[in-house]
Amino acid sequence: MTQINIAIQQFLGAIGHLAFDFLAQIGRIALFGMSALRHMVTGPFYPREFFTALVQIGWFSLPVVGLTAVFTGGALALQIYAGGARFSAEAVVPSIVAIGMVRELGPVLGGLMVAARVASSIAAELGTMKVTEQIDALQTLSTHPMKYLAVPRILAATLSMPILVAVGDAIGIMGGYLVGTHRLGFNAATYLKNTVDFLEAWDVGSGLIKGAVFGFIVALLGCYHGMNSGRGAQGVGRATKSAVVGASVLILASNYLLTEVFFTS
Amino acid sequence: MITLNSVHKSFKDKHVLRGITLEIPRSGSLVVIGGSGTGKSVLLKCILGLVTPDQGQILLDGKDVSVGNREAFLDRFGMLFQGGALFDSLNIWENVGFRLRRGPKALNKSDARDKAIEKLRRVGLGPEVANLYPAELSGGMQKRVGLARAIATAPEIIFFDEPTTGLDPIMAGVINDLIREIVTEMGATAVTITHDMTSVRAIADQVAMIHDGTIKWHGTVSQMNETTDPYVDQFIHGSATGPIAALR
Repeated sequence: MTQINIAIQQFLGAIGHLAFDFLAQIGRIALFGMSALRHMVTGPFYPREFFTALVQIGWFSLPVVGLTAVFTGGALALQIYAGGARFSAEAVVPSIVAIGMVRELGPVLGGLMVAARVASSIAAELGTMKVTEQIDALQTLSTHPMKYLAVPRILAATLSMPILVAVGDAIGIMGGYLVGTHRLGFNAATYLKNTVDFLEAWDVGSGLIKGAVFGFIVALLGCYHGMNSGRGAQGVGRATKSAVVGASVLILASNYLLTEVFFTS
Repeated sequence: MITLNSVHKSFKDKHVLRGITLEIPRSGSLVVIGGSGTGKSVLLKCILGLVTPDQGQILLDGKDVSVGNREAFLDRFGMLFQGGALFDSLNIWENVGFRLRRGPKALNKSDARDKAIEKLRRVGLGPEVANLYPAELSGGMQKRVGLARAIATAPEIIFFDEPTTGLDPIMAGVINDLIREIVTEMGATAVTITHDMTSVRAIADQVAMIHDGTIKWHGTVSQMNETTDPYVDQFIHGSATGPIAALR
């Protein structure tokens, strides 16, 4: 009986430790984010690092976001057509593809793809800088790592992600259009008219705001895990994995919260 | 000039520094020796504020280093890191001129480049390396670039963290000579961390031995050669038997 009690205590203790570690990690990331925001509004600002990050994060993510969007838009058109056929509602394909892309799939899938590409690359780069003492060297050269490394990346991701989402939305709708007109027999002019008529400005705007939030999350998690990387190759590998997993989960969770805020009131 | 009073530092349950008390005089060259993992690098990082001590006090010219203008404090220091710690994304002259381009006394790009090339020349590297990237240089050249970066703003105090580790004996000798020459010509205060006894004899005015988180011995090079201290004796002769455990 005593042994069972001890085993139960140990089991509950392990769960408690995990819960406390999880909460502590959330607290540390929140503090890191607040520190990044504070450094964003106080100088100095490093424009060269910002523009380099803008190109790395924004420009070089375009192909992966575009490819994801075009196939998603096409698949969405096929699914809605097949599902709508059950209720003789095939005509809703253009409007549902458009709304689905700009409200949800564009920002979320774009965010996840950028998380995979950018959070991993930031975490690996900053993690390597940490283990090779480059971050210590920055400090000895009177340069704050937060201002020089984190702020340009977070700002670049936050600003470029809405643009990536907008491009992804357009390409996704185009994917739906191509499948709709060439595969499902929709009239091209009718498809475009239905797309435009049913789409509201807020549908697009909410997706762009989500994009900005997801961009912030991706760069924040990449910087946090990179700058707090453990030692050696294993430490950098763990930091990279944590950045991608953390950013992906946080994107999905914040997407739900933002959808609640934007569309249920 | 730099005074450490009973400095303690632990990482979780590992007590690295257990009460370091040390005086580092102005314009001298102090070499800190000790086995791997004895806290030599942590000691330097505590002085620079890269690591915060748990207890104790570190004074620079009688003032606590943890208070006051941090930028002005760091402007007085240069550091050569063990692996060079050159920034991969910047070319060689941008690495050397990194600090020259920042702060209230920032130089324009052309002047900073000229000064960086002058410092590269001082460490025996020609202007042809200025536009290369760190990955394109050998380990010895990277160390020299790191040295050029450390002296770029002519700091009063320079730290050298294992400057000859990983270099062949000839390149190690070149680096040792450079450190000695530069420190003498600049009149700087130098603190060097090393395991390499050849470096100790080439660079040091004073030697301090760290073991078990405390300073076990402190004296001049000639005193070191004659000391009967069992820790120093075992270390400088590289003996497996003695008070320092060979397996740590």
